[in-house]
Amino acid sequence: MTERGDGVEGMPDPVTKQLTTLRVNGETHTVAAEPHHTLLEVLREELGLTGTKHGCELGECGACTVLVDGVPLLSCLTLPAQVRGMEVTTVEGLADGPRLHPLQTAFAEEGAAQCGYCTPGMLMAAKALLDANPQPTLEDMQQAIAGNLCRCTGYTAIYEAIAKAASGGGAGAQPLRRTGAGRASASHT
Amino acid sequence: MSEFSVVGRRLPKVNSWAHLTGTAKYADDIALPRMLYARLLRSPHAHARVRSIDTSAAERHPGVVAVVTGRDMPEKMGIMPSTQDETALAVDRVRYVGEAVAGIAATSEDAAFEALSLITVDYEPLEPILTIEEALEREDVKIHDEAARANVFKEVHLSFGDLDAGFASADHLRDDWYFFEGNTHAAIESHSAVASYDGDGKLTLWTSTQVPHYLHRELEKVLGIPRTRIRVIATPNGGAFGGKSDPFAHEFAACLLSMRTKRPVKLTLDREEVFYAHRGRHPVKMRLRAGVKKDGEFTAAHLQTWLDGGAYASYGIATTYYTGALLTVTYRIPAYKFDGVRVYTNKPPCGPKRGHGTTQPRWAFECTVDKIASDLGLDPLEYRRYILQPPNSRTVNGLRITTMGLGECLDAVGRATGFSRTHRKLARGKGIGIAGSAYISGAGLPIYWNAMPHSGAVVKIDRGGGVTVYCGTSEIGQGSDQMLATVTAEALGVLPEDVHVVSGDTSLAPVDLGSYSSRVTFMAGNATMEAACKLRDQLLSVAAEALAVPVERMTAALRRVYDSAEPAKGMSFVEAANLAEARYGTLSAAGSYTPPKGIGGDYKGAGVGPTPAYSYQAAVAEVTVDLDTGVLTVDRVVTAHDCGRALSPVNVEGQIEGSAYMGYGEISGEEQVFRGGLHKKPSLLEYKIPTSLDTPKLEAIIVETVDAEGPFGGKEAGEGPLNPVIPAIANAVFDAIGVRFDETPITADKVLDALGKRDNRGVPKDRIGPSGLAEPKRDPGGAKRRLGFSTEAREQRISRVTGVETATGATGPGPEPGEPGSGSR
Repeated sequence: MTERGDGVEGMPDPVTKQLTTLRVNGETHTVAAEPHHTLLEVLREELGLTGTKHGCELGECGACTVLVDGVPLLSCLTLPAQVRGMEVTTVEGLADGPRLHPLQTAFAEEGAAQCGYCTPGMLMAAKALLDANPQPTLEDMQQAIAGNLCRCTGYTAIYEAIAKAASGGGAGAQPLRRTGAGRASASHT
Repeated sequence: MSEFSVVGRRLPKVNSWAHLTGTAKYADDIALPRMLYARLLRSPHAHARVRSIDTSAAERHPGVVAVVTGRDMPEKMGIMPSTQDETALAVDRVRYVGEAVAGIAATSEDAAFEALSLITVDYEPLEPILTIEEALEREDVKIHDEAARANVFKEVHLSFGDLDAGFASADHLRDDWYFFEGNTHAAIESHSAVASYDGDGKLTLWTSTQVPHYLHRELEKVLGIPRTRIRVIATPNGGAFGGKSDPFAHEFAACLLSMRTKRPVKLTLDREEVFYAHRGRHPVKMRLRAGVKKDGEFTAAHLQTWLDGGAYASYGIATTYYTGALLTVTYRIPAYKFDGVRVYTNKPPCGPKRGHGTTQPRWAFECTVDKIASDLGLDPLEYRRYILQPPNSRTVNGLRITTMGLGECLDAVGRATGFSRTHRKLARGKGIGIAGSAYISGAGLPIYWNAMPHSGAVVKIDRGGGVTVYCGTSEIGQGSDQMLATVTAEALGVLPEDVHVVSGDTSLAPVDLGSYSSRVTFMAGNATMEAACKLRDQLLSVAAEALAVPVERMTAALRRVYDSAEPAKGMSFVEAANLAEARYGTLSAAGSYTPPKGIGGDYKGAGVGPTPAYSYQAAVAEVTVDLDTGVLTVDRVVTAHDCGRALSPVNVEGQIEGSAYMGYGEISGEEQVFRGGLHKKPSLLEYKIPTSLDTPKLEAIIVETVDAEGPFGGKEAGEGPLNPVIPAIANAVFDAIGVRFDETPITADKVLDALGKRDNRGVPKDRIGPSGLAEPKRDPGGAKRRLGFSTEAREQRISRVTGVETATGATGPGPEPGEPGSGSR
């Protein structure tokens, strides 16, 4: 058994918190956090940025995706110390002041958020894609969100929304959905 | 132009902005002053007696504030009042690995987690029962002492029409065995609850639940405080799919810990715990006998089901009936017999998952229909169309059918895919398959007997023209808040964005039974419509008077109340509302909905199956089977769904696509499987839910039949569209490689087995699946020993990681001398 500090055997002292300075959504924050706590925990619990979600805390689901210097990273597998001096962007920082990001508008219009739980991570992955590749193909989109599990939508509406945001809200977007589909009706009453 | 101003329009959901900006407050997002964090200690044994629990060391651990065990809450509970066999935490027996036995609240989650290993539980391991066959046979091992026969939880036998005559008059008979593997919901949000017991003796529970009302009742029963002092708030669920519709250990533990400490307590499950909390799709063995005439017309059908229920009842009594009840609502069946058995096993309890109990037999039945079409040389689409149950009819088991759009759904998917031109004509390895199905728009009966409405809503209008709708529904991502806003806005002539939705709160909103059985659009929609229409009548009458227009000519739309004959003549919604308030007083109205009587039979067991309206759906799947690797790729799934009327088409399409996605996952690989009681894949890396790269191209087609009793003609959309996808894929695989998969999931190794490529013997098979109930295990001690080994290994792992001896190590089971077969493994 590891002896820690002057604690009673089997009862380790609480780990000492350390000060960490983070750049999040354009603001600088200095937080006191236990050094083994992940970026996800610090964002949610110390900074109150609960928009970033957790579905597994093991790097499996992608719900905790944030951007670090524009690169999508799993915040549940990242320690704050690793992102020192870098710019962290969460869903709370996606809108430009009162103006929503085109992805947010497109996700709403296309029904790309059902329960909304994978959505913050999905938005971050989609933003990274569009920043690097403003006119992605379907395959590009599939690759970009392959690490973000969605249990509600079947991803179709998400592709629709990303394509719509890419085209600046409709012009030139090739609808993936409802091709060959339409409405049928019948009357029995 | 549409007759509606809101219904049928492609509008964003009213709650989507919160989702998209990160401001939606899910249960785990809640943080309250002085809040404690709780964790649960769970059983490492599949079956054991709990001799004693020593929590003293845990209580002394720094940061720990309170510890509770099963003895603190011994009251029996469970979602179905007639079969309550659970306790909040295990009292003197554990019945599955992962069953909660104690809860700890501490000042940090780390401290609570560390303290779990300081609780000493003295277990006396018992032999676990792990298969349906063992459960049926083993009188000597009882998981629940109350079970009358072996480990049978429920047995039902129903017969309608003259079965013998039906089979005797058949020209062609089929007799097939099937096995549908269990699987789980895997919502991305894990279950979470925050309880706060205030100084005034009132308890508030924020929780990710589909059933706040039922939970409210169970909290009263288990915690022993009156419901008048308990408030349940269903937070937005980050996905549910049936997995959050039972009362759970963590909810009771959070409440009791908060009551003990007088501090808020948060308890969030980790992903592994969610796999053990489960309540998902039952594994079901089935035998389906069918008799048909030369043209395929059914003369009789006999379905037998054996459900592996896991350790507790959950919704099991309803699930059992549901495996038989809905088989008759799609195609004409003049004689039908159903025998269902649900057994207890030492595994996490199964319950409702999207399609509750109907998904497994629907898959089996649609595979049998495909086989009959193949046997008789019929086109599977045309054949289904030929045998359709007619609209406005009764089934042989007494179910009332009103609108019925299955024919239109079949036509729509046929047109979209060119099914009949392609079927049986593709190259080997390529296939196309079709299936139909049906689902309920809410159960005809509540889960506890009462004569009150199934849903209630209150609508009020404030002086600025704002409208608030209060309804007990739970927003689980299915869009119930949007539905409430849509119905209210359409009825009152405002826009959804003008409507505030207050849902899922037992103190603020009238009772709605919950977001399960696809009941919300139909039932809460009708209740809301009734409430809103009362206010509409008041607005129209005062406006008519003020404008000197006959009230029958008045209408309301897009924030105006006006003369429909002369639309320029009118006033704003706010003006009308102010006039109405001056005349009638505060503008508030209530509405409620109770399903009509006489929609089912009058036999024992007739309570499961009836619904005010059935939804119908059909799917076509196109697949590619790799003949070398056995990998099944589903290229495309087209699903058509009869939802009555699409109140919010974007939502309906999302439900259809999401259902197709989930069905694809179930047939292509998801399985909730166990080794000696331990989950084989309790993580999202191992239990693979389809990613964007796996998921087929999904297309949704909305079919509208406009149901006379539905709100604006609407029916359900959330569950039914899953059902046809699974058999459509299975039938497409047959079209591709000529092999019947009478077992799910269709994995690469099973395909290779069928192709004769899994081993050197190279014997191809034309079918993969069961051929009957298996013999019960000859070495009943084997499973227990395997569990012993895996438990020991697990504990060694834990002690390596934590440096702490776990409590259970001392009494872990080992091979017992003299046990039959103990020498061979």
